[in-house]
Amino acid sequence: MPTVTINSRPVDVRAEPDTPLLWVLRGELHMTGTKFGCGMAVCGACTVHLDGQPTRACVTPISAVGSREVTTIEGLTGPQVATLKAAWAEVDVVQCGYCQSGQLMAAAALLRRNPHPTDGDIDAAMQGNICRCGTYPRIRAAIHKAAAMWMA
Amino acid sequence: MVTRRAFLIGSGTVVGALGALVVGWTAWPAKPRLLTADPLPVDPGQSALNGWVTINADDTISIVMCKSEMGQGIHTGLAMVLAEELDADWSQVRVRRAPIDTIYQNIATVVDGLPFHPDDDGTLKALAERITGKLMREFGVMMTGGSSSMKDLWLPMRQAGASARAMLVAAAAEQWKVPAAECTAASGRVTHASGRSASFGALAAAAARQGVPDAVPLKDPARFTLIGTPQRRLEAASKMDGIATFGIDVVLPGMQYASVEMCPTMGGRVASFDAADVTTMPGVQKVLAVAGHNGGTGGVAVIADTPYHAMKAVKAVRITWDHGPAAGVSSEDIYRQLAQRLDTDDGFGFYRHGDVDAALSSAATVVAAEYRAPYLAHATMEPMNCTVQFADGRATVWAATQVPDLARSAVAAVLGIAPTQVEVKVQLLGGGFGRRLEVDFIAQAAAIARDAGGVPVQTMWSREQDMTHDFYRPAAVSRFKAGLDASGRLLGWRASSAGQAILPQALRRLFDLPGAGPDKTTAEGSFDQPYEWPAARIGHAAVDLPVPVGFWRSVGHSQNAFFTESFLDEVAVAARRDPVAFRAALLAQHPRHLAVLQRAAELSGWNTPLPATADGRPRARGVALHQSFGSIVAQVAEVSVSTDKRIRVHRVVCVIDCGTAVNPNLIRQQMESAIVFGLSAALGGEIRFAKGQVQQSNFHDYPVLRLDECPVIETDIIASVAHPEGVGEPATPPIAPAVANALFALTGQRLRSLPLTLA
Repeated sequence: MPTVTINSRPVDVRAEPDTPLLWVLRGELHMTGTKFGCGMAVCGACTVHLDGQPTRACVTPISAVGSREVTTIEGLTGPQVATLKAAWAEVDVVQCGYCQSGQLMAAAALLRRNPHPTDGDIDAAMQGNICRCGTYPRIRAAIHKAAAMWMA
Repeated sequence: MVTRRAFLIGSGTVVGALGALVVGWTAWPAKPRLLTADPLPVDPGQSALNGWVTINADDTISIVMCKSEMGQGIHTGLAMVLAEELDADWSQVRVRRAPIDTIYQNIATVVDGLPFHPDDDGTLKALAERITGKLMREFGVMMTGGSSSMKDLWLPMRQAGASARAMLVAAAAEQWKVPAAECTAASGRVTHASGRSASFGALAAAAARQGVPDAVPLKDPARFTLIGTPQRRLEAASKMDGIATFGIDVVLPGMQYASVEMCPTMGGRVASFDAADVTTMPGVQKVLAVAGHNGGTGGVAVIADTPYHAMKAVKAVRITWDHGPAAGVSSEDIYRQLAQRLDTDDGFGFYRHGDVDAALSSAATVVAAEYRAPYLAHATMEPMNCTVQFADGRATVWAATQVPDLARSAVAAVLGIAPTQVEVKVQLLGGGFGRRLEVDFIAQAAAIARDAGGVPVQTMWSREQDMTHDFYRPAAVSRFKAGLDASGRLLGWRASSAGQAILPQALRRLFDLPGAGPDKTTAEGSFDQPYEWPAARIGHAAVDLPVPVGFWRSVGHSQNAFFTESFLDEVAVAARRDPVAFRAALLAQHPRHLAVLQRAAELSGWNTPLPATADGRPRARGVALHQSFGSIVAQVAEVSVSTDKRIRVHRVVCVIDCGTAVNPNLIRQQMESAIVFGLSAALGGEIRFAKGQVQQSNFHDYPVLRLDECPVIETDIIASVAHPEGVGEPATPPIAPAVANALFALTGQRLRSLPLTLA
């Protein structure tokens, strides 16, 4: 039974090695904050971090996680994340909310490696995350706002 | 939306048969929408003051939500309306789920769906609206759709808030032995002139024992302190922490998971299947064939212990399909049939004014064109899913649905039990856009859970199943002719379109009723616009085709605005007139529409030159104006084209007159949302059929707009004290023609087919 580290806690996983990380999280561990959208890494709803890198959980077999640390929306914390969420709330980004876990995971990873992104940086980092409600203009505004708050 | 035609057929019969009796019945006021048949269930420490609000001992207020929250922000908007009249402290406001009751039935959307022109002020329309309102109060459906929630509940929720406030004041006056007139309420407290005061929570139990007052005056809108303010969405925090529960997030003890594979051909079914290798796969509990319910398609389901086991196993079932009679249908056939229909049939005349034939034959210039639009999928981010537990003759349903009482009926029918034995727990919707007005996936989940031994079963569709088993926005073809005199003045306008009718299909699958008569849902947006045609005939022909079609955000407006506003632009060009000025000349008697159009022109800098893009490509603007769901929207889009002919939309100015703007923040969100949704369709959305099968399956071949392609969107809301109108859909229709008109201005190419593709 492999052990993976999820949100800083070791977790024993029963699932077969080919099981995508997404379905381990949702189906076995009942951590439903990470969403299912497409199953082929084209929508970003299932985005988690592996050692801080945004990764599509729907196409990542649990056997490929290895010793890397998994962070999900439930474990996305820290001062910079708090700033990001404050900006997200202030801009009132969310609508239906289904894609927002993935959006926040992608945005948090962007800000950690690039605390003051340009519009072009935001395009590159966020274009893999689909939102059918059209929260894009506010996502862009919230990332800029978070960057300004973090630098201040 | 769904029941519009049902009423029209029914009311026609009633009026004819019962005559004067109906006139008498019509004159009675409709039943008030204040108290549920059974009192609202309450927890200890909670008091229900009517069917819309409970007040808790800890001073929090729970406002009852009968509308589904699917991103449109309606829970926040409706809570504001009730809290305003209640004089609640906004920070203490929460929401709770409504039970199923007739006071929650949607009246506005059905009245809105009658096939009258918005300018019609005749007695027939007035009578039809009144009878419809009364009938829907008796026989209606609890439904979130048609951008109707705020207009439907604006008065009932204000009345509920005012009534509850009066009961709290009466309870305080009784306790303090003072006249109620000496007490006031504000910020969640009742205060007497002496300074004595008590919180709503402390007064709630005594207030609930007060009689419900007969008639309570509503606030003068000038005294509103909450309505009209840009409040943030109530449930936002839960959607940022991953704790919000969508339908797909329901987790129950002992729950099993089902995955389905439905026939890829429209109208097909399972002939046989071989699951010999599947039953021994890990976690598999059961393999079964399921019939298509409520318009859905038959298939095979696997129930397993985890979602992945179910998904993997269902792929391994060897299924032989009976592809059925639609196995030869292709998109090319469909477009040919639609166009051929228009060769011989102008369709039902939804609008006739003046002698259009004489106008066209006397014209110096006649402009003619044919337009078309494809089928579209909803592609909500949360794929269809539903959880059902059936034990001891009772069923519990956890579903993200826009129609809880239709879901209840569908589940009851599948399980052979009374609707009263079914409880529907509406979850948050990961997008609706009209897809969740359907109950096919809910009935299917009930059929799968029926013999599961009493454990809850969550049925979940893959993205591929979701995209290939939708109820699509119908394809349409539209032909236009317009005549101009020698000075460029418009003389006549003739339009006829052909497409599948939505309502007859929807009535059959949702209500088991036959559909008949002209279907407004696919014609709307063509005949109900404000333009003052000197002469016009606007018709629509319903063509029977085997594609399952449904209600897609803004419904008929979604294609008809593209057709009408693009062709109007062509006519303006032929008349050598500026597109804004040409429209304005047709709106002399429509000051609200004119104001919206002129504001959009002003904010976009319509009459100023547009600078090139940073990399030196030219840009151009296009305009469109459209009214739908009671609201008026004008948009100006700025576009450029890259060297590889990719269309880039840089900026959209959007102006809306939606009557009273209850929450400007949420209205702006909905303008952004509807524009992005419409742009996805305009720039890339197309469902195609070959051999009766949908050819697109996931976001790689059904592209939707992404963040790097999203324009800057600037919204302006016209100040108004009129009754609030729809905001969820009205910004979708104008974006495709605004972009197409801008592309014409930029390139000289008139694009008459969606999605927009430059030659």
